[in-house]
Amino acid sequence: MENFTPVEALIGGAMIGLGALILLVFYGRIAGISGIASSALFTREGRSWRLAFIAGIVAGPILLSAVITDFSYSTPELSWQIIVAGLLVGIGTGWGSGCTSGHGICGVSRLSPRSITATVLFMLSGMLVATLLR
Amino acid sequence: MPIIFAFIAGLMMSVGVAYSHMIDPNKVLGFLTLNANWDPSLLLVMAAALAVYSSGYWLFIGKAKPVYAQSFSLPNNKALDKPLVIGALVFGAGWGLVGYCPGPALAAISSGSLGTLAFIAAMVTGWFITKY
Repeated sequence: MENFTPVEALIGGAMIGLGALILLVFYGRIAGISGIASSALFTREGRSWRLAFIAGIVAGPILLSAVITDFSYSTPELSWQIIVAGLLVGIGTGWGSGCTSGHGICGVSRLSPRSITATVLFMLSGMLVATLLR
Repeated sequence: MPIIFAFIAGLMMSVGVAYSHMIDPNKVLGFLTLNANWDPSLLLVMAAALAVYSSGYWLFIGKAKPVYAQSFSLPNNKALDKPLVIGALVFGAGWGLVGYCPGPALAAISSGSLGTLAFIAAMVTGWFITKY
């Protein structure tokens, strides 16, 4: 467990929860990133708040790198795996109506049986694929 | 309806994703890959997010209405149907393949990384396929 970063994980996680809570308190909406981003692209109604939310998502790391000077993160190389993974994530979150934010955080907090089921399944499926490939 | 709080909500979630290193697909793969170097950080991110969100949700829901909406727009579907199960398994497979889920990938747009941009383009294509 040499890569374990518990303090950053707890602080970052609390901020994720708080951000999601802001969306609930002000707009009564679930902070599901896949649902908000896909609806912003493909649905006209309610587009403005969804675009504002996505703009916030994009702005986050820009703000953080202005505050923390040595902030950096790795990104994947362009490869066929990236394309396949993107397609699977898009199709899977489309069919399954959510991802780690909407199901994993909001839905599980609401004790939604669908979200709890989805979260267990995508965690297991992700662990299976990642572990078998490495 | 003012949209500034939607921006702030997205910003705060994204800063949380970046600060916890979950923006880094290798960090996420460190959790999803079960080996001697297993990194439980993602579990603590989830635990902290759940603790904050569930406390707020159960305190707020039923006692007040949203500031800028007449009512809550919450899913009330309870069916554990085939699209949910297959969709979650397919999503997990893509997540385990490179370590990106939608939030961290979108948050990393400003890196300008071709891999990140290609992932997002493919993900949007996937959304399009399931909508039409």
